[in-house]
Amino acid sequence: MPTIAEKILGEKAGKGKAARAGEIVECDVDYVMVNDVTGVPAFEVFEAFGPEQSIKREKVVVVQDHYVPNKDVASAEQAKALRTYARRYKIAHYYEIGRGGICHQVMIEDGFAAPGRLIIGADSHTCSYGALGAFSTGVGSTEAAAAMATGTLWFKVPETQKFVVDGALQPFVMGKDIILHIIGDIGVSGSLYRAQEFYGTAIEQLSLSDRITIANMAIEAGAKTGIIPPDEKVFTFLKGRVRGEYSPVYADGHREDYEKIYEYDAAEIPPTVARPFVPENTAPARDLDVTIDQAYLGSCTNGRIEDLRVAAALLQAPRRVHDDVRMIIVPASDRVFQQAIAEGLIQTFLAAGAFVCGPTCGACLGGHMGVLAKGERCVSTTNRNFIGRMGHKDSEVYLANPAVVAASAITGRITDPNEL
Amino acid sequence: MRIWKFGDNVDTDQIIPAEFLTTGDAKALAVHAFSKVRPEFAVAVQEGDIIVAGSNFGCGSSREHAPRALLGAGITCVIARSFARIFFRNAINIGLPLIEADVVDQIDEKDQIELDVDRGLIENLTKQEAYSFQPLPLFMQQLLKSGGLIKYIKAQQT
Ligand code: SF4
Repeated sequence: MPTIAEKILGEKAGKGKAARAGEIVECDVDYVMVNDVTGVPAFEVFEAFGPEQSIKREKVVVVQDHYVPNKDVASAEQAKALRTYARRYKIAHYYEIGRGGICHQVMIEDGFAAPGRLIIGADSHTCSYGALGAFSTGVGSTEAAAAMATGTLWFKVPETQKFVVDGALQPFVMGKDIILHIIGDIGVSGSLYRAQEFYGTAIEQLSLSDRITIANMAIEAGAKTGIIPPDEKVFTFLKGRVRGEYSPVYADGHREDYEKIYEYDAAEIPPTVARPFVPENTAPARDLDVTIDQAYLGSCTNGRIEDLRVAAALLQAPRRVHDDVRMIIVPASDRVFQQAIAEGLIQTFLAAGAFVCGPTCGACLGGHMGVLAKGERCVSTTNRNFIGRMGHKDSEVYLANPAVVAASAITGRITDPNEL
Repeated sequence: MRIWKFGDNVDTDQIIPAEFLTTGDAKALAVHAFSKVRPEFAVAVQEGDIIVAGSNFGCGSSREHAPRALLGAGITCVIARSFARIFFRNAINIGLPLIEADVVDQIDEKDQIELDVDRGLIENLTKQEAYSFQPLPLFMQQLLKSGGLIKYIKAQQT
């Protein structure tokens, strides 16, 4: 009577049956992803350890995304070191700037993420692929190195919490609001050491993009992974894109399999904002009276074409970005960027007075391309509002969905789009 | 030995801000540990010091730079009410001992403490108190004793 996490981990441990929560298992991983921050330490550990020929190169995915285009000499050296490792080990799944994008978007768009797979990535938001029914989780560089060398990794099988969201969503309420609402309810350690599964009519009706936003933020509640049972939307998305075969895994659905079950009424979830400095610090956007200096639309959380469309619809002329606000728009991948150009969205943004640049993590982690000064406030579609996350320790980040960010960019203060 | 106390939800951006992630070297990272929220830490921390914190220590990113920075700073153990799971794994996999115990309200920064990891006991010499904790699962203890995941795997292979 197992959960999805127990089934996938049992299968990948070669048990021929589900693993049980609490068990420690050694599993075959399907893919190991590293980026320019975590990749170099991972390869360094690997070199100190594995014989060169042992690398499981077909499982390794390397993406340059956090500090590219390089912001300074140190990050350029780092990117160069990663590129050198990728060449030395003949990593075919190597994504250079201009030919990829933010690592998680690449993993999804390029067919690595698929139902039933076990994927690890040296980046905490690797949990995003749960939106496609994978067990995916963030690991450190040492673990990534071990998996590169052995193709396996140890896991403690997590207990699973079930989240059921039923009903119809209100206008301008997106996947982001659902997950912020849940984190606001259970807290940033509410799912510590747990897996999450998401069910309900509201989840079923969401686009895959919105589901990715939800799975992406599972880690913000401390979860190991956040899984949504895959359906036709996922299978359709994967057609012509997925690498190799995959087989969907579903839970048996017995109440007693879950450590806890949470139920929500979708109609009661408003456009929601997480105030500094933890994602659980949520409030309805309409209740806030906060002026902003910057509005950021991008990241692996909300930088997909669906997100850009929502924002562009609100930013149509004669609406413009407020005089006192800088709006920065960063598509999550080169594919998204091209699609946005083809659909005329980029033109809309530029005409509205926003700044647009190619995909990078950039400002999301306070790296570059939009770092905040002391005392500045940013409303952002990203996933973390920690102290100093996007710049100075006395700057503030308010997390919101793309519609709230666009509406706020227009008015200069945090705004529920329904008020426009 | 001194204790460094922290509250709840100490995130990896606080432990090591993203702007310093251009190296993976533990000693180089240690110089910037807690630089945004507690600049005196990197200056005064000494080999053998211990961190005592509240819940969800190490939440946020998967950057192994965070436990590496603490290891580089000479921290020999982090005791917290609970840990964020990626930080927890990272620490054990690189050989930084962790203890899950709810003692942040009992231990003061000036207290002297002694750890008995095998018996699951924290002794507060200053206050003459002892607190027990659940030792890690055997497998994780083995990882720590081997000096981390890589050394563990090597030992298994030979
Ligand atoms: S966009 Fe932000 S959250 Fe996503 S991988 Fe990059 S830095 Fe991390």
